[in-house]
Amino acid sequence: MEYFIQQLINGMTLGAIYGLIAIGYTMVYGIIGMINFAHGEVYMIGAFIALIAFILLAKLGLATIPLVLLLVLLVSMGLTAVYGWTVERIAYRPLRGSFRLAPLISAIGMSIALQNYVQVLQGARVKPLQPVIAGGFKLIESSAFTVTLSYLQIVIVVLTLALMAGFSLLIARTPLGRAQRACEQDRVMAALVGVDVDRTISLTFVMGAALAAVAGVMVTLYYGVIDFFIGFLAGIKAFTAAVLGGIGSLPGAMLGGLLIGLVETFWSAYFTIEYKDVAAFAILVLVLIFRPTGLLGRPEVEKV
Amino acid sequence: MMLSVTGVHTFYGHIEALKGVDLEVGAGEVVTLIGANGAGKTTLLMTVCGNPQAAQGRIVFDGEDITRLSTYEIVRRGIAHAPEGRRIFPRMSVIENLQLGATIGQPEDFADDLERVFLLFPILKERREQRGGTLSGGEQQMLAIARALMSRPRLLLLDEPSLGLAPMVVKHIFGVLRRINREAGTTVFLVEQNAFHALRLADRGYVMVNGAIAMTGTGRELMADPEIRRAYLEGGRRDRA
Repeated sequence: MEYFIQQLINGMTLGAIYGLIAIGYTMVYGIIGMINFAHGEVYMIGAFIALIAFILLAKLGLATIPLVLLLVLLVSMGLTAVYGWTVERIAYRPLRGSFRLAPLISAIGMSIALQNYVQVLQGARVKPLQPVIAGGFKLIESSAFTVTLSYLQIVIVVLTLALMAGFSLLIARTPLGRAQRACEQDRVMAALVGVDVDRTISLTFVMGAALAAVAGVMVTLYYGVIDFFIGFLAGIKAFTAAVLGGIGSLPGAMLGGLLIGLVETFWSAYFTIEYKDVAAFAILVLVLIFRPTGLLGRPEVEKV
Repeated sequence: MMLSVTGVHTFYGHIEALKGVDLEVGAGEVVTLIGANGAGKTTLLMTVCGNPQAAQGRIVFDGEDITRLSTYEIVRRGIAHAPEGRRIFPRMSVIENLQLGATIGQPEDFADDLERVFLLFPILKERREQRGGTLSGGEQQMLAIARALMSRPRLLLLDEPSLGLAPMVVKHIFGVLRRINREAGTTVFLVEQNAFHALRLADRGYVMVNGAIAMTGTGRELMADPEIRRAYLEGGRRDRA
């Protein structure tokens, strides 16, 4: 039982990270109907910016942890957003109105280009980071197993929930969110009521990238090591999460992320850690076969 | 002239949908464009809105050349379009559709404008929380016009507002168009297949055949023209029953 609770905590932490990345996939799909395969790399870049920022702030002698965390988050979100914006501007916008596969191919190219860019700049070796937030609560202590909830896990889950809540509100209530939903439902009509569609799409990439950057910050803290290739696996897992939840659906991406995180963690804990990725991707296959619209997605036929 | 279209050619791929259209709409006028299915009426309205852009020719709105502007920039200059098929945002409430209609408006005007369109179309007030996609055809058309009015346009474009609607609803909608024109002074450019209602409402009319203007005159003149009567009115009259 203790072991189970511990895995639940670990799974939710991982799921929060996947969920944050998955939002970027699902929003971009919703608004322009393409899978942004470079999104995993954007997340990876967010992690690298976080790493650099942590090291720089430590060198400057800043030791107040909440302040450090806040600064790193802001810097990483800001700079990663610039990457997200740039990717859309140079790799996708010129292809709008082209055949459907064109932006997809461009996205894969962008993904490879960003990976190599970071590899050249930062080297291929794994980069470590000293633990920034250490310690935690011992929830249950028994002779066999001790359940711990680290401060970092609390930070990750609370921050994720706060961001998701804020983000959902933004989409549901603000003029920008309304414009985004309008572009998603009918881009021609959105332009006819005066929405600047290109700008709205750009902002969608900016938001997705900023959320992925938060995931990057958290992963850097949680695992303490990153390299130029982390975006690939995390990216396709988050994509799986978005498909599981129903691609295009915001709550779906959050739910899907959580489920993928839990599945992966429990599979590692109770079966074999080597095959944890197989478990996650088996879900992708099963969802695509039996419920292509995902858990919370709406059927594709609804087209006016 | 509020809107003048000169020598406009528009292509869809290789198909030339507009073959040199010349047309004018004066401030405060109601002008209608009638013609058969596929004549290019919808294309003309969309070309005025910059989607697709004219391949040749000039479109001038209020003294400014808007031919090369993108859609949202054209709309921000005071043109609103209630397009073909209504294009209500299906998964948004009536209120949200109207909020989107007010995208380019001032936030402080929203409450007044909302009240104004609810006065014109009371049914929308009852349906305010309902999703656009669940409204009836007539309600959707009213919402499309109301949404267009939310931006306080100087020029209102309408693409077949009577299509597929019951005669009572058509009558109501044309009554509202008359009021918008008379009371608010909004210029109306109306594309219709229902020539009877359109010509009765309009100050002037144009007839489009195969992507070009074939005939023009006052509404009264066109209604009296034997060729027009035969081609567009004999069928349209059934509405009166």
